[in-house]
Amino acid sequence: MTPLLELAHVSKSFSGLRAVQDVSFSVAPGEIVALIGPNGAGKTTCFNVIAGVYRADAGEVRLAGTRIDGWRPDQVCRAGVARTFQLVKPFAGLTVMENVVVGALNTSPGVREAERRAAEVVEQLGLGAKRHQPAASLTLPERKRLEVARALATGPRILLLDEVMAGLRPTEMDNMVALFRDLNARLGLAILLIEHVMRAVMALSRHIVVLHHGEVIAAGSPEEVTRNPAVLDCYLGEEAV
Amino acid sequence: MPVEIYLNVAVSGLLTGLVYGLMALGLSVIFGVVRVVNFAHGEMMTIAMYLAIALFSAYRLDPLVMLVPIAAVLFALGYVMQLGLINPFINRPEHSQFMLLVAVALIMVNGLLIIFGPDAQTVQTRYAFDSFLVGPLIVDATKVYAGAAAVAVAAGLFAFFRFTLTGKAIRACADNYAGALVVGLDVKRLYALTFGIGAACVGAAGSIMVLLVDVTPPLGPAYTLLAFVIVITGGLGSMPGALLGGVLIGITEALGGLLFTPSAKSMFTFAILVLVLLFRPQGILGRRAS
Amino acid sequence: MKIGLTEGLPRRGPALLAALLVLLLLAPLVANDYLITVLVLILYFAYVGQAWNIMMGFAGQLSLGHALYVGLGAYTSAALYVHFGISPWLGLLAAMAIAAAAGAVIGFLAFRFGVAGVYFAILTIAFAEFARIGFDHWRWLGGSGGFFLPVANYTRNDLLSLRGSPTMFYYLALAMTAGAFVLCHALLRSGVGYRWQAIRESPEAAQALGIDIFRYRMYAVVLSAAMTSLGGVLFAFYYNNLFPEQVFHISRSIELILGPIIGGIGTLFGPIIGAFLLTALAETLGEAMRAFGIDIPGVKQVFYGFCLLLVVMFLPEGVWPPLARRLGLERRLPAGPGRAGAEP
Repeated sequence: MTPLLELAHVSKSFSGLRAVQDVSFSVAPGEIVALIGPNGAGKTTCFNVIAGVYRADAGEVRLAGTRIDGWRPDQVCRAGVARTFQLVKPFAGLTVMENVVVGALNTSPGVREAERRAAEVVEQLGLGAKRHQPAASLTLPERKRLEVARALATGPRILLLDEVMAGLRPTEMDNMVALFRDLNARLGLAILLIEHVMRAVMALSRHIVVLHHGEVIAAGSPEEVTRNPAVLDCYLGEEAV
Repeated sequence: MPVEIYLNVAVSGLLTGLVYGLMALGLSVIFGVVRVVNFAHGEMMTIAMYLAIALFSAYRLDPLVMLVPIAAVLFALGYVMQLGLINPFINRPEHSQFMLLVAVALIMVNGLLIIFGPDAQTVQTRYAFDSFLVGPLIVDATKVYAGAAAVAVAAGLFAFFRFTLTGKAIRACADNYAGALVVGLDVKRLYALTFGIGAACVGAAGSIMVLLVDVTPPLGPAYTLLAFVIVITGGLGSMPGALLGGVLIGITEALGGLLFTPSAKSMFTFAILVLVLLFRPQGILGRRAS
Repeated sequence: MKIGLTEGLPRRGPALLAALLVLLLLAPLVANDYLITVLVLILYFAYVGQAWNIMMGFAGQLSLGHALYVGLGAYTSAALYVHFGISPWLGLLAAMAIAAAAGAVIGFLAFRFGVAGVYFAILTIAFAEFARIGFDHWRWLGGSGGFFLPVANYTRNDLLSLRGSPTMFYYLALAMTAGAFVLCHALLRSGVGYRWQAIRESPEAAQALGIDIFRYRMYAVVLSAAMTSLGGVLFAFYYNNLFPEQVFHISRSIELILGPIIGGIGTLFGPIIGAFLLTALAETLGEAMRAFGIDIPGVKQVFYGFCLLLVVMFLPEGVWPPLARRLGLERRLPAGPGRAGAEP
């Protein structure tokens, strides 16, 4: 089966600093994959390369077999890849609903239809009560949910989540995990998530890729990875919930 | 046309360009450190020019002699502007700060119009018609003195930033705002100081420029635009770049005015601006913005 | 559920709007000639302010050279009329086309090469100045000496050639302003409007959501330029003389943005309120000073400067949003998809 998202020997440097080096992994359709590793391992850089924010120095990125490396971010989104930002970027002057409508416009040609779909997503993410509030008035956990809602509204085939669990209370996190499981099961939505919160990683992912200093040091099922000595080594001293 | 004419015009442009460069230096300092786009820059220079004219017509004081006091007055103006007007709004969106200074510029230009009227005014010094003969070149004495004064002030400024403690503190602020705060520098006061210094630059440039041109209030916006073109061409945040840009623009303007009609010479300035913005936005000596 | 023009507004909203419209329609019956000329000026600024607002308030691009489009519109329609006898109603099509092309060039250069923010503003100033100097040397269009439209003594209004009394121009300007208002309202709620606001708020996030920011920024610039040029057509046929030094001057560019900034960038009513406030206050000030025998050039501009300063410092949203909240004109929507916030 063709992987939905595939990175092949991707490298990216910034002024001589090798952020990502010869990284290869893939996400199958409907699969949930976690990308973990210590800070500075190159995880967000991978996201940015996939999303088209950076152009890889070497290697290829394929979406369902088609090469998308070198595409602009908006082209990548229209092809079916949605992403959230680690430092959330809400449209502060717009309301929650309006924020999500912007996302929904990606696949809905008319505003009416986009508003309808946006309303659904807003409810799913538990932001219904605040739908007419300006995004600037939301708390950080709520902004993270808005970020997810917006990305979800674009109707993606794969969702790139960048540390969305950080700062959430355990119940909120459980709700998010349940939501993603549900979307994955019902819609076949593939997910690639960067996470530090191991509880969420273990609960969601079927496959884990571990990055360290820009290279893949391990990949496999959660059980395999958490027993891998190299992984334990690089995480010694790092958190693990 | 004989080569001498081109050379004369080019040298003349170079000397004028040095004064332009001094003016732009002030803007570069302000933007490089405080990160404020001083849209009232040219207007501040025009204030200095009118001050020089007023002092000259009242007391026959040579503008070059009055350079330091006028610069001091502008320093005070800049200091107060930064402290009172800009500092409180330092966290506002960029275009908000910009409009603030647009408003100030509007008030300054029209204030000058009200006080001094729209007619052109000039300063005629004793040496206004002298010239030096250097080989095939005939150079206006005023232009030579102007260029020399500009270079002297610029040198003083470089020395200040290189060798004094305050100068280094200011450079620290520019390089790393948070770091400067952490080591205990009073950033707000240093910002005010910097704006004052930039204003003093422009004050000096103004009292020098008064020897070279007729002064009318609309010069304000024209010089503001020119300062931006120079700073962008030479490189935002680069002090040598400002001088280099000034000289470049001065020469281009002068030659352009010679080859085409004099009134069209600023069109070349704009052409250069567009080209720089498109193809080398960091300017000739600037670094790419992080 | 699509939001209609008046849906969600408290009942006063549309009622007030209708009342205002009726008032404006009837104004010439009670106003003297002087007042009508002031009103024409107000409506002109309200109109071009709205056109500028599309670029800044909706798409977030600061243009300080909008006088370029006014001038292009004015000169194009005037030249076609004087040199070829073409009616301004046809001429305005050419005017819009030329202004749109100019906007497209500026937009393309800016957005393709990543010129944004303050640099973009300076670029727009440079183009306007370029035009000012260029037109100063263009003999066929009168050069610095000016371009004049024939002012014949008319006893009736000639709408086809836009020759007529101030009252005729008043209704034209009113129609333009009202039309722009309706257009902006429709745009804000359209897909294009949502995308523009997204780009304004966060270009990065907008891109990540599938928005081609180059294309939509271009739309904003071209539309804004074309709309502004219509203001130029009105300008040319109303004043009957054009001088590059005045028409393209940076003071014109700044004048026409004062209304939207003081009234409220990004709002529908801001440019209108701003234009009204500024012009009304300035004229009152002028009258008061003339009464005392003072007639100094520059006082009006200083006044504008202080207004701008005060608004930027203390009313960053502009005058309209707090006023709207005070008047209870905030839009309140029922449950379900919809929008909220200070409106219009």
